[in-house]
Amino acid sequence: MPRSSRVPSTRMMVNPVACSAHGVCAELLPELITLDEWGYPLVDDAPVPPALEGQARRAVRDCPALALLLSGGRGSRRAGS
Amino acid sequence: MTADQMAAQRPSGPHPARPTRRPAPAGLPRLIPSGASPDARIGPHLDRLGPLPYAPGADALIKVAEAAHLTGRGGAAFPVHRKLAAVIGSGDRPVVVANGAESEPVSGKDGSLLWLAPHLVLDGLQLVAAAAGAMRTVLYVHRDAALTAYLAQALTHRYAAGTDYADVELIEAPDRFLAGEESALVNVINGEPARPQFKRPPVYERGVGGRPTLVQNVETLAHLALIARFGAGWFRSAGTAAEPGSMLCTVHRADGGRHVVEAELGSPIRALVRLDGVQAVLCGGYHGAWLEPEQAARLALANASLRPAGAFAGAGVLAELPASRCGLAETARVARYLALESAGQCGPCFNGLPRIAGALADLAGPRPDAQVITAVRRWAGLIEGRGACHHPDGFVRFVRSALTVFGAEIARHARGQCSATDRRPFLPVPAAASQESDWS
Repeated sequence: MPRSSRVPSTRMMVNPVACSAHGVCAELLPELITLDEWGYPLVDDAPVPPALEGQARRAVRDCPALALLLSGGRGSRRAGS
Repeated sequence: MTADQMAAQRPSGPHPARPTRRPAPAGLPRLIPSGASPDARIGPHLDRLGPLPYAPGADALIKVAEAAHLTGRGGAAFPVHRKLAAVIGSGDRPVVVANGAESEPVSGKDGSLLWLAPHLVLDGLQLVAAAAGAMRTVLYVHRDAALTAYLAQALTHRYAAGTDYADVELIEAPDRFLAGEESALVNVINGEPARPQFKRPPVYERGVGGRPTLVQNVETLAHLALIARFGAGWFRSAGTAAEPGSMLCTVHRADGGRHVVEAELGSPIRALVRLDGVQAVLCGGYHGAWLEPEQAARLALANASLRPAGAFAGAGVLAELPASRCGLAETARVARYLALESAGQCGPCFNGLPRIAGALADLAGPRPDAQVITAVRRWAGLIEGRGACHHPDGFVRFVRSALTVFGAEIARHARGQCSATDRRPFLPVPAAASQESDWS
């Protein structure tokens, strides 16, 4: 795929079926993820700022339930593989 | 080649006298003829409507569905041609499913349609299966031994008549509220429990057996079978420009009666339900919204009218709540049922629905804690949009509408009073089958 100058923005997304409220994501990426009163992640729907993309990929990699995803742009593949 | 010639070239068999084209039905009803009774034979059906016109290619069916502006009648009102195009364009032989699970306890229209016009549904299923070159063709229906036996008989008559492109598998849906949800349906056909899935990729890309899977409600397919015969222009001669055609509605009367009626999109709600002496109207079923009678009187059976009021046409459920009942008690009872019907997979739904249902039970009693409504609103905000399926969203719509429409009753309960003169349950709620084992 030709690399255009404008890469579509990436967003964090949770697979709510897989998520089992470990809370690792909120520790690794508090800028974009907080936990609700039951321990499940509330994810900022805004595009991931470029400065946080590395952290976001790490949060995706380290989710014990493999429930965190990056969608759109270059991050649509599973990170860490 | 014309559609008739295509039909004439279908697989041979002992044909009944082949009927010729019939004139389009004028006015309503279109789907279920007046005075219809169950009849598994295909002959009378073909005599009434003429032969099944297989489209001369997949594109023709997509085009006529698009021209008709046909949308799904299972509740979501998704444009039919877009799903058709996605599945047909995938390059893989898909699985085609007619969805008659009708797992909403307050809806009866799909069951009525299958009993009274089974061949219209099966016609639509055949048209889609033929256009898509289906690998498997499934009729998925509410678990009911008599209905399944009847549909099997109808299929036997079709095979004998040689009308069909594809053999149809009959599969029964488990008796769960979410059994008709598209990805839960895929699970059932794959031999798994009827739980919704995280839909990435979507079912129309990867569903039954990993194949692209086209799921259409049975009523949608019945409309498609008429559109294929009588054209998009005929279909659009009823309804509104933006939401053309008709839809089946299940109407629950305040006196306890229930009937199924076909109505034009855009019909005034007050033409479908009685508003005098009625406390509220439930519109869109248990994922729908309560409306005040004065509000309902100004609205029409169309999403353009209902959406701004927080409601939607859904699968056409309309229920009159009698003045004798407590709207909060009814809402609490349905909310508890819906909470028990959560698949329990997504944290916000698993945690939020039972808490809200419990809080509503408090509200339905005398002098609830003043903080209860605040908690309900907070939890509703927390669960919205956070499920793999729309169950939490529909639940929130239903609950929020109750807090608005029954505001005066909430104030009464706060004073330790209740306006109800009849404590018997009104809205139908099945005995909840909440055991793990009951999902398949």
